[in-house]
Amino acid sequence: MDIEAVISGIGERNSRAIARAISLVEEGNPGAERVLSSLDPPSVEKAMVAGITGAPGAGKSTLTDKLISHCRGLGKRVGVIGVDPSSPLTGGAIHGDRVRMMQHALDEEVVIRSMATRGRLGGLCASAGAAARIMAASGCDPVIIETVGVGQSEMDIIRIADVTALVSAPGLGDDIQALKAGLLEVADLMVVNKADKPGADMLSMELKEAVGDREGRVLETVASKGEGIAELFRAITDVFGKNVNSGERDRRRCEARRAEVVDWSLEMLRPHLQRMAQGEEVLSGDPRNRARAIVQSLLPPEDR
Amino acid sequence: MAEEKRIRRVLIGKPGLDGHDRGAKVIARALRDSGFEVIYTGIRRTPEQIAAAAVQEDVDAVGLSLLSGAHMELFPEVVEHLKQRGAGDIPVIGGGIIPEEDVRALKEKGIRKVFTPGTSIQEIADAFRELEPEGA
Repeated sequence: MDIEAVISGIGERNSRAIARAISLVEEGNPGAERVLSSLDPPSVEKAMVAGITGAPGAGKSTLTDKLISHCRGLGKRVGVIGVDPSSPLTGGAIHGDRVRMMQHALDEEVVIRSMATRGRLGGLCASAGAAARIMAASGCDPVIIETVGVGQSEMDIIRIADVTALVSAPGLGDDIQALKAGLLEVADLMVVNKADKPGADMLSMELKEAVGDREGRVLETVASKGEGIAELFRAITDVFGKNVNSGERDRRRCEARRAEVVDWSLEMLRPHLQRMAQGEEVLSGDPRNRARAIVQSLLPPEDR
Repeated sequence: MAEEKRIRRVLIGKPGLDGHDRGAKVIARALRDSGFEVIYTGIRRTPEQIAAAAVQEDVDAVGLSLLSGAHMELFPEVVEHLKQRGAGDIPVIGGGIIPEEDVRALKEKGIRKVFTPGTSIQEIADAFRELEPEGA
């Protein structure tokens, strides 16, 4: 499929074209830039990007599956980006989220794409951001980004989202610990999934206490039974709508885009830096000083 | 990005009613450990669902596992559905309890490689790595 066919195919909602476009971005293909600059700006601006994050086993994929069904019931075209870690040793990854979403496989109005971190989180954020915009340009609204929310790296990914829901469930043990690490500040909504399980009330209470719940930021769901899904989606769109009106959405997007520009720049520089580091006699002299010299040589004279 | 460093994406799926997924999961894990990005779609999928997922994920190859004996029908159906979706270039590999005499017939129906019991993991990983798209 050539670049022209990819570009025209995105607007025509052609699955293969959308998939190829995302691959071009992921592979660092120069054609990606033409594809990205061809995306329909109003569609990209309009689409809500929702982040679903949380500990492994909290039920993110099942929740996402049910959110897809709910959105389809509302006549919305949905994009989903599932992010999984790559093995730092082999670069390989396993994406299993689709197992829970296969009921939508034949629905042309549901676009699902699995992406791996590929050992470069900055790069992944940039790729995932581009993938979300490609989906949006093909008419997807919302686009849901689903990722394991433990650690700084995943929090970076979630910044791409306009609205973020943090999913936890009773019995996972350390979710309150994970919350302490700062996700509370990033998440707009806290979801206590598996709310029919013992310990759910306690977890809800702790979360409400932690965030000072006056605005209904803590919600309960039983994703496997579809309970609380409509309420969750309404809460997500409410936050989005409020943020659009207050200018908060644009402020967040501005910040995310700026971070993405830096990520892309570093990605593009990486091969050059690697080449320059190779030429250096790395065992003599301190690596930090070498780095300074390399960076100095790249900067314009007035910035050195 | 240099071609030899390109990360390959593969879909591992089980068409039909066979619920024995140990083999598919072993292959998925082995491919991950060989540096592949593996999209696993679970058991009891229709050939059409598998083809649609393969297109959306833009995989370099599809690996099908089947132990029920329905491979002569279901493997070629995946190839057919890929073609219908304009993705006939995505190579399909099959594996499972497949009698020797079926292997040739499957290859004639567009299954690029067929692996029978006893094949080493290494051999399978190498096969996925060496596959080129149809017509390339």
